[in-house]
Amino acid sequence: MTSRRALATGGVVAAACVLAWLLFVGLPRWYGAPATGRVADAPATAPTPPGRKIKARLYYVSADGTRLTTVERDVAYGEGTVQQGREIITAQIAPTAEPLVSAVPPGTALRALFISDRGTAYVDLTGAAAAAHEGGALNELLTVYTIVNALTSNLPAVTAVQILVDGKEVDTLAGHVDLRRPLAKDLGWVQ
Amino acid sequence: MNLRALSLLIIVVVVNGIQGQPLSPAAPLTVLSKEGRRPLAVTLVGDQEFVALDDLAVLFQLTVREETIGAITVSYKGKTIVLTTDQALASVAGKLISLPAAPVRSGRRALVPVEFISRALTTVYDTRLDLRKPSHLLVVGDLRVPRVTIRYEALGTGARLTIDAAPRAASVVSQENDRLAIKFDADALDVALPQIPAQGLIQAVRVADAVSIAVDLGPRFGAFRATAQPLEAASRLTIDVVAAQTDTSSPGSPATPSPGPPGSPAPSGAPLPDLSGVGQSASAIRTIAIDPGHGGDDAGVVGPGGTKEKDLTLAVARRVKAAIEGRLGIRVLLTRDEDKKVPLDDRSAAANNNKADLFLGLHASASLRKGTTGAAIFYAAFDKDAEDKARASLGTERLPTFTGGSRDIELLTWDLAQIRHVDRSEQLAHLLEQQFHDRVPLSPHPVERAPLHVLESANMPAVIVEIGYLTNVDQEKQLTANEFQNTLVQAIVDAVVKFRDALDADRGTR
Repeated sequence: MTSRRALATGGVVAAACVLAWLLFVGLPRWYGAPATGRVADAPATAPTPPGRKIKARLYYVSADGTRLTTVERDVAYGEGTVQQGREIITAQIAPTAEPLVSAVPPGTALRALFISDRGTAYVDLTGAAAAAHEGGALNELLTVYTIVNALTSNLPAVTAVQILVDGKEVDTLAGHVDLRRPLAKDLGWVQ
Repeated sequence: MNLRALSLLIIVVVVNGIQGQPLSPAAPLTVLSKEGRRPLAVTLVGDQEFVALDDLAVLFQLTVREETIGAITVSYKGKTIVLTTDQALASVAGKLISLPAAPVRSGRRALVPVEFISRALTTVYDTRLDLRKPSHLLVVGDLRVPRVTIRYEALGTGARLTIDAAPRAASVVSQENDRLAIKFDADALDVALPQIPAQGLIQAVRVADAVSIAVDLGPRFGAFRATAQPLEAASRLTIDVVAAQTDTSSPGSPATPSPGPPGSPAPSGAPLPDLSGVGQSASAIRTIAIDPGHGGDDAGVVGPGGTKEKDLTLAVARRVKAAIEGRLGIRVLLTRDEDKKVPLDDRSAAANNNKADLFLGLHASASLRKGTTGAAIFYAAFDKDAEDKARASLGTERLPTFTGGSRDIELLTWDLAQIRHVDRSEQLAHLLEQQFHDRVPLSPHPVERAPLHVLESANMPAVIVEIGYLTNVDQEKQLTANEFQNTLVQAIVDAVVKFRDALDADRGTR
């Protein structure tokens, strides 16, 4: 009887262990990992095969100065949407030479880029994006939609873009365009 | 014999009594008839105006007889009025008619109160008699003699004369040198002239002739606009007078207009402002908010010649304010009237809190392509998410009031207040484009829809006018020129008038 009781006790303990494993380990794995927040940062060191490129549509100021014009350029390949987004923005805001004119103020650099689960990209630029801006509503629109369209037209997973400056949400870059909300792709600003 | 002696005694007493009162000549009545106009002498006894019965007899072919018992009979074509010399009464066919005073005598003449004409004589006379005491007129027959009342009011830097003619009478206004002549389609006028304060625009309003009024113009006069409007029982003529163009830009601003000194007439050859909407201020637009962009340490765009957008926008805003207030009589609020930084939300809030009916932002443009030129008008754009959010959040909340009741407060999402006005804003943008056409150089994309911060919180039709590119050397010079700014301001005023007319028409207020 004693051994039978011990056996039964062991069985109950084993069943409890299995149940506990199922509850705390198995089921979560079955249904997927718990949410880790709406903003998912990419791995800091995404491996990028050296020399590998993608074709990306980048945007520059048109000859008449009132719209953007599309230029297809080679951009470094990035592993995953976030890293690819960083590569695209880095290429987009890089200094240009005539005849290309960038609507992004010189000296602007990318501080960080995040993409939320909902497909909103947060592009954090350095302060030059605002401080070095020449002003003018249309000029500012061209700056903003250079960034917005560069991401949304090259990365299908990105549906909207919000520009941050020095890690913070800002009202505008130069007093005109509302940056308090993410902006969707708008090719109306492109020739 | 005793009776006759008594009557004589009464007459003597009456005459003696009258002789004790002062009789003084007063301004005569003007008798207007188809034969022309003639004066009718008036005598004042105390405060009462009297006319001589024998004068009336001549004018109206009356027969006047003095009875021995102190009665006077006045007859016209078989009808008789009986007066007694000691009673404020007249008798016509057995009916008593009250008069303000009894007849009196001046020497051998019998005088009756002027009201005798309108109360008694008119009952026996076969032609209409219209006594207008305030204007000392007696209109005989069916003449067109409208009562003309004139009201003066100062309007901003201008002035308005509102001239009502009752019954209705058409009029024509013309300018003859330094006066306006208003000629009425009438036989004569019954005019009440206004007091005109000294202001340099209108010196005086006076009667020029039987059917015309003259408005003497002052040295500040620039232009006028006359608008006729039929009322229920009168014709209304509104004459708006504006001052000659004067400098409204700030000292040190980039605009350097060179008008004559205050008090001088408009420079010859200078186009007079178009006052196409003047005289119709009671409408859907009563307040306009004008927002000069940037300010303080935010200079906005700086042109190659050093022109700062913040100065340019303030100078133009002041001109627009002066023009709209002076020409249209609409209140204009500037979101800043000095060189200071104003947060974007404060600008919209100023417009909202002052219940502005229209928001007009003024900016200058910049381009990285130095050849870019032309003005553009922006209205707000919202994406679908924002519109859904605005729709979901719009509603009312019932709040208690101090008086114990409650009232429904409309709730709006602050940064999405513009959503319900976007259609009107677009309409305004296109009206501005139309008025700029051929007057103000336009961008290849003259009307743009964009998510501009300051527009989104404006709870009224709202646009931003980018007046041109300061980064273009030639346009920088143009934008700061007096002539260009005058043209731009006129185009804006014209667009406001068109927009107001459209709103009024839609609201059925006209």
